[in-house]
Amino acid sequence: MAATATRIDCDIHPAVGGTRTTLLPYLDDHWKEQVVSRAIDGLDLNSYPPNMPLSGRADWRPEHGKPGSDLAMVQRGAFEQLGASHAICNVLYGAQAVFDPYMAAAFCKAINDWIAAEWLARDSRLRASIVVPMQAPDLAVEEIERRAGDTRFVSALVLAQGETLLGRRHYWPVYQAAEKHKLPIAIHAGSQYRGAPSSIGWPSYRYEYYLAEAQAFQAQILSLIYEGVFGKFPGLKVVLMESGVSWLPAFMWRANKTWRGVRVEVPWVEREPAAIIRDHIRVTMQPFDGPPDAAGVANIIEQIGSDKMFLFASDYPHWQFDGDDAMPPHLPASIVSRMCADNPLETFPRLKLAA
Amino acid sequence: MSDVIDRPILKEEASLDKEASAQSRLRIIDCDVHPSIHAQSDLYQFMPKRWQDHLKTYGSHLRTPYIGTTPYPRSSPLIARRDAWPPTGGPPGSDLAFMQKQHLDPLDVEYGILQVLDHFIFSQQNLEFGAAIQRAINDWQLAFWSDRDPRLKASILAGQDDTQLAIVEIERCAKIGRYVQINVCPRANEPLGRRRYWPIYERAQELGLPLGIHVGGYGGHAPTGGGWPSFYVEEHQSNAHTVAAQLTSLVLEGIPERFPSLKIVFIEGGFGWIPSATWRMDRHFEQFRSEVPHLKRRPSEYVKQHFWFTTQPIDEPDEARHLRSLIDWVGVDRLLFSSDYPHWDFDDPRFAFKTPLTEIERGKIFNSNARALYKP
Repeated sequence: MAATATRIDCDIHPAVGGTRTTLLPYLDDHWKEQVVSRAIDGLDLNSYPPNMPLSGRADWRPEHGKPGSDLAMVQRGAFEQLGASHAICNVLYGAQAVFDPYMAAAFCKAINDWIAAEWLARDSRLRASIVVPMQAPDLAVEEIERRAGDTRFVSALVLAQGETLLGRRHYWPVYQAAEKHKLPIAIHAGSQYRGAPSSIGWPSYRYEYYLAEAQAFQAQILSLIYEGVFGKFPGLKVVLMESGVSWLPAFMWRANKTWRGVRVEVPWVEREPAAIIRDHIRVTMQPFDGPPDAAGVANIIEQIGSDKMFLFASDYPHWQFDGDDAMPPHLPASIVSRMCADNPLETFPRLKLAA
Repeated sequence: MSDVIDRPILKEEASLDKEASAQSRLRIIDCDVHPSIHAQSDLYQFMPKRWQDHLKTYGSHLRTPYIGTTPYPRSSPLIARRDAWPPTGGPPGSDLAFMQKQHLDPLDVEYGILQVLDHFIFSQQNLEFGAAIQRAINDWQLAFWSDRDPRLKASILAGQDDTQLAIVEIERCAKIGRYVQINVCPRANEPLGRRRYWPIYERAQELGLPLGIHVGGYGGHAPTGGGWPSFYVEEHQSNAHTVAAQLTSLVLEGIPERFPSLKIVFIEGGFGWIPSATWRMDRHFEQFRSEVPHLKRRPSEYVKQHFWFTTQPIDEPDEARHLRSLIDWVGVDRLLFSSDYPHWDFDDPRFAFKTPLTEIERGKIFNSNARALYKP
């Protein structure tokens, strides 16, 4: 399938082999010595164990190494097979979960320099998110400033479940830097494992953990709204990646109702949450988690009430679908055309495409 | 459409006389009524002196920062409707005569299912003390409420974190025979599907009593998967996250497969979140089914057969037809009306459903579903 039209895949996952292998050339002498002498490696996130079926579709698994670790294979899958014209790389290796903030910053820097040198430089269709160490917001700002001059970086990547909710004031310098450089904040499914994935405690299954991510995303949206992030940074956009989509309508209804009931607590939030969500939140479309029938899907899209929020994504090499079509079934045609080009270009202003 | 939307379930008295012979009135089963303890000393008669002294000396030991209030200050005193304070004094929900006058009589409540939240009974860290309080409140529900107004039906409070003590209390109350469900807490030490709690479900199934799960409690974990929120407006909405996570736990651990006759009721979680949570479970079943080989059917099939949901706080989409599609997705058979009296986010049965329902649907949601479930 040849990519003739613009079709931007907003969420693909190149894999880091390891700290002592892939990233070693991109670490300074101190951290080179540290990772070797202390054997600091194996930082694949607990959210995505490489052998878990979801972590790699069977036909997208290389003979050796992790799904997403082979550039040629990613090119064949994301571009030739799935028909993207461009794709945004979101690296989920565990730098974001390290406790030592200096180590976290060093690993984030190494990941960003590695993806620039070994992926972006080798294929002009690729873009990437800047991986930032939210463990230390000042260091996250430094990393954004360090990479902001490179327009191939189009967003800043954080995990859905971190140390504190993302609206909290100590993160605001990160959002200030992101807004300044026209970088949306990309919140991707995944956890630092600082606390249980829900109020009920630690689940038995990864399946359960994965499902709970949807509620974590909802909590992040509420936190960003009610702490006043979008009032403070009106140009900021937040992209939910691999969050699921179909929960949005009921979530927005409940948010509006709750806000109407107790808005006196947050007087700086002057508009209904749903209106703020439609203006500031964007969402990638794999997985969509929709109802099985076309009428139901159309209903969900209508209830969300905005055709600007949807971003095409395959989640390659994660196993979200079989076959060559990354588009969730039954989507209305009007959404399909917008989500491939117009919406990504509006959401990621730095996404300057080759003519 | 407003004539449909605003049509009271209860007819005015005059029109009622006219129609009395034509059709019987739809009486309401309210599945979430909150009685309050008027004074702590009311409980002493149901507690051994050892636990009375403990209550007076040490009080509640919860996993929260304050002893005198909730961690997130609520939107109103005791989260109550402003008009629900009894003229005789005491907290809202503590005066039966006032509850009858304000709620049970005018709304023609046929049965009200009692949900006691006082003393955060499920969240006591001293599990023996928790069990003593639960036992006292189970007795208090009968003596102060059901005995005085048989419309009010008690629930067996059984804190699941000491499973053995919970079973003892379930057995004790079941012998009395006047309780309509067994209540456990949605926020405890572990998710409700975990093995340690299975003996409770086994006993509930044998007794034919539904398992009720009312939102609330403090399990020590942050209210959201992203950490501790700053505001009550966030904490309040996290109730929907909690029930979604518990539904997931119960289904994925195979509770309906292991205890096929057990009926499970989520109370005060609302129901807007159910369709997407269920679609999401089904959508990822294939990717994860090798992890949960004990599941013989798609998760949605368990949800459709083993779980019920009370309606409050009802969702309020901008357009009534969206509420209609939500009800269709969840299924009229799964819904139980609840008012949450006397709390601030009370749903009035006359106006809560801002979408047309057929008479049959109204009959199910407001009465017959709960009647079949609780056999009051």
